[in-house]
Amino acid sequence: MDLSYFFELFLGGMTRGSIYALIALGYTMVYGIIKLINFAHGEIYMIGAFTALIISSVLGFTGMNSILILVISGVLAIFFSAAYGATMEKIAYKPLRQAPRLSALISAIGMSMFLQNYVLLAQTPDFLPFPALIPDFKFLKPIEKILSSTQLVILVTTAVVMILLTILIKFTRTGKAMRATSQDAKMAQLLGININRVITITFIIGSATAAIGGVLISSHTGQLNYYIGFIAGIKAFVAAVLGGIGSIPGAVLGSFVLGWTESFGTGYVSSDYEDVFAFIFLLIILIFRPSGILGRSQNDKV
Amino acid sequence: MKKAIIIALVLVLSVFVITGCAKKNAGPIKIGVAGPQSGDLASYGIPTAKAAQIVVDEVNAAGGVLGRQIELVVEDDVCKPEVATNTASKLVGEGVVGVIGHICSGATKAAMGTYNESKIPAISPSATNPALTQSGDYPNFFRTIASDDAQARTEVDFVLDTLGLTKIAVLHDKGDYGKGLAEFAKSFLEADSRAEVVLFEGITPGAVDYSAVINKIKSSGAQAVIFGGYHPEASKIVGQMKKRKMDVVFVSDDGVKDDTFIKVAGEYAEGVYASGPKDTAANPLAKKYEKAHQDKFGEDPGPFYQNAVAATLAMINAIKVAGSTDYDAVTNALRTSLVDTPLGKIKFDDRGDAIGVGFAMYQVQNGVYVELK
Repeated sequence: MDLSYFFELFLGGMTRGSIYALIALGYTMVYGIIKLINFAHGEIYMIGAFTALIISSVLGFTGMNSILILVISGVLAIFFSAAYGATMEKIAYKPLRQAPRLSALISAIGMSMFLQNYVLLAQTPDFLPFPALIPDFKFLKPIEKILSSTQLVILVTTAVVMILLTILIKFTRTGKAMRATSQDAKMAQLLGININRVITITFIIGSATAAIGGVLISSHTGQLNYYIGFIAGIKAFVAAVLGGIGSIPGAVLGSFVLGWTESFGTGYVSSDYEDVFAFIFLLIILIFRPSGILGRSQNDKV
Repeated sequence: MKKAIIIALVLVLSVFVITGCAKKNAGPIKIGVAGPQSGDLASYGIPTAKAAQIVVDEVNAAGGVLGRQIELVVEDDVCKPEVATNTASKLVGEGVVGVIGHICSGATKAAMGTYNESKIPAISPSATNPALTQSGDYPNFFRTIASDDAQARTEVDFVLDTLGLTKIAVLHDKGDYGKGLAEFAKSFLEADSRAEVVLFEGITPGAVDYSAVINKIKSSGAQAVIFGGYHPEASKIVGQMKKRKMDVVFVSDDGVKDDTFIKVAGEYAEGVYASGPKDTAANPLAKKYEKAHQDKFGEDPGPFYQNAVAATLAMINAIKVAGSTDYDAVTNALRTSLVDTPLGKIKFDDRGDAIGVGFAMYQVQNGVYVELK
């Protein structure tokens, strides 16, 4: 088929990938540091979206500029989700730090169910409309049929978040502490790093990026309910595994690869098998590179 | 002497026969009601039993039909085909002249053979499986609900005849309901020489976005999309199509003809078409029977209540018009005599589907679904 169709699919896949990446970062960072798959991470994404919905509905009455509303509700959603992430770590994971990994995993699944049902009861089981906060940009007029302004905002925001995160991890003291904890938590502790603080910070950063994802994707699809975190969370988890769980560039790469696989699979073959393509690709990658595209091979596994 | 005894015997026997006949004619006319009265799906069957009771009480109070009272025989089939055959035999044994039911399509299919052998007509208020009427296997089967494919038929006719569009993309959500509907729509489109199905795809419910499918719709050159599924996916697709400034007509089903769709899709919902059951709330008979239910049971009626009222009214009317409970006369009356019911004035076509019962097209206009006449 023609080139513009290819580009549409490419950009569509990239948008999807960006969203997956924002969620996958949380999975991969937490896994990198405490070897825990935080299944409740998708719920943090959903809570971020809900917070943004509530705040933007309130601000909507003031007649403020929609971009301003988006930024304010986005920032508040980040704080809210980060608070949830940190609290979750304190309640559900910290007491189990020395317990077998399976216990922590079950605790994570329990947390996921709790948060879903909490939002279901506290809010509503129905789908709610999310206001269209991202306006149509005038300069996109010539290519609006290929790239919508929402997609552009998603791509740009994701890129900015990635750059900030790279700087944080590579060039700050906190980042150094995180890398040290990830390499060897016990040794890091001996050298005077407060690993509890590092773990909390990891959860806060992961939750913040998930909240950004929640706000962006909700303005893209225009709807949300208490269950959106589950499917998005599973896909992001797949992306993180694909790229090599524990590796930050791997999570981003895995997310884009997953987004493109789904998009091209749908575009050139059939959307009936969208998930099938995603999982076949995952299988192929894991056969040849068991620890993911950019994952470090670990021989000391049980 | 011997002769006298024989004559006496004959006389005695003939008296028995005469009284036997007389007894049969003077007793109540028995009508069976079959459907789930217990179990998981009881809530689908009980409203039908209540509806039949309300109608029969009313008819009996007015003197019955053909000068006889009507007696209902309610039997439970738990919506299971294996139980339904026993239920049917039991009703036949009870000597019913007609059956209101069954409720579930599977149970109905299982029971129909028994009724057919015993020449008993059955009117279901709820069995929607297309084969029940279309296969021709059950000449004694009637229903007061539209079959599953009627909705797809309504949508396809609307797109081709009313809107005059020919290049059509058919999408579904891969679920039983959505995919079934989409497959019917596809087969109707393919059977029509005017139409061209440019795309037939299943989408993944709950996916974060549908941009790839939307690109595909765009490059397929479709003028209209027929979507089988529910409103969460529909509102995502409609919203994303409008954001991409695509000018494609969106037609969907009663899974989308829901106010939540309008609430969630907001301004993007405007102009969307959806099929749904014809609105009968304004029908005076529907109002009357709703009130009768309220008065008798103190609550709102359950599912298929009005369909069951219509089925019972049609059965009693057919017996009245036929002037007997003879199978041929009754089924003929069902096919020819119009009867006033909560669903409007109905009679049945040759296959047993109620004429005039079915789906209408609705369009979102200024934030509400408006029925298109």
